[in-house]
Order: sequence, then structure tokens, then C-alpha cells
Amino acid sequence: MATNSEIRYLTPIAVDTKKKKYCRFKKSGIKYIDYKDADFLMKFVNEQGKILPRRLTGTSLKYQKKVAQAIKRARHIALMPYVGDLLK
Amino acid sequence: MLNRYETVFILTPVLSEDQVKEAVKKYSDLIEKLGGRVESHENWGIKKLAYNIRKKASGFYHLLDFELEGSAMQDYEVAYKRDERILRFLTVKLEKHSLAYAEKRRSIRTKKEEAKA
Repeated sequence: MATNSEIRYLTPIAVDTKKKKYCRFKKSGIKYIDYKDADFLMKFVNEQGKILPRRLTGTSLKYQKKVAQAIKRARHIALMPYVGDLLK
Repeated sequence: MLNRYETVFILTPVLSEDQVKEAVKKYSDLIEKLGGRVESHENWGIKKLAYNIRKKASGFYHLLDFELEGSAMQDYEVAYKRDERILRFLTVKLEKHSLAYAEKRRSIRTKKEEAKA
């Protein structure tokens, strides 16, 4: 029957269009990343408290270095854990 | 050269209120004695630590913003290292961007306190 006929859809199938990642610091003009703001830095770590790579967050190299520095400082003063479990 | 720094330090939770005040005073006096000037002091109160330090799960957080000669920093930090009441401390030099951020943060905080009062 419809074996070699073309399959036609009523609505066009949603093709995953890749959303371009961007650096949120460049976009919003943040110059300094505060190590005292642990809630904000939580966005850049995974559930175990590991720093997320640039390839996932889209942060530019310049700011990724600053994010990493801020997270490490926050860990030192016990605002963030070095190792965690189910942080999110 | 006179630089701007900020120090976050954690005091043990076993101290009484007066002892905490005394400890904070000790460090602000120390800065003045070393020829510096305390710009501001922030009390974050008792906070839960993200992990235990010396078997303590909480501590009194304090932030000191100050101006000090770079050469006096060694003497300044040694005082923290020698103090048994200090669980942790972190001193950061404030440069252009962080200084702007610190000023902004302080103005927001004073506004909030005014709104409360």
C-alpha cells in the first residue's frame, strides 16, 4: 500500500534548531564576578558542586576564568561546598 | 603603596556576642595601627557553613573593607593565622572593577538598612 509512497505530515516536523549560546557576562556587561554571591555562582556548578565547562554554559574564556576563580574563593570561605550531593 | 582590600573572616560559633565584637574591633584596630583605614564593616551574622571546619558547622561571618599599605599585609595576615577564634579568612585586593562593585554593593546595603530603620 503506502510502502514506497512519500510520507506527508500535516504540520512540519520540528527540527531542532540549535540556539546560539552566548556569554551572559559580555551580554549584560558584568565586569566583576563576586565570590560572596553564592546563589549566583550556583548556576555555574553541577549537582555535585563541580564547575560546569564553558561548552555547556556558553561563557567566554575571559569570564570563565573569573567564574572559576570566584567559585574557588567561595569554596574557601565555606559559602559553597567542595563536594556536594544533590545541590539542585 | 596604599591599596584597597577586603577580608572575609569566619569566627567560631562558640563566642559570645561581646567576644565577637571584641574580635572585630581587634582587627579594625590592627588595620589602623598598621597605618591603614577601615572603610566599612559588614556583619553577616551567624551562617551555616557549606562544610565543617574544625568540627564546626556554622560561624560568624564578617567582612572588612579597608585601605592598607601593601607591605603591611604580611603582618596583617599573620594576626589571622595566629588567632584561634578564626575558622577561615580570605583577603582579596580590590582593583578597578571589584572596587566599583564593592562601592555599589555597599550603597545598596546602606539603603536597605535605612529602609529597615
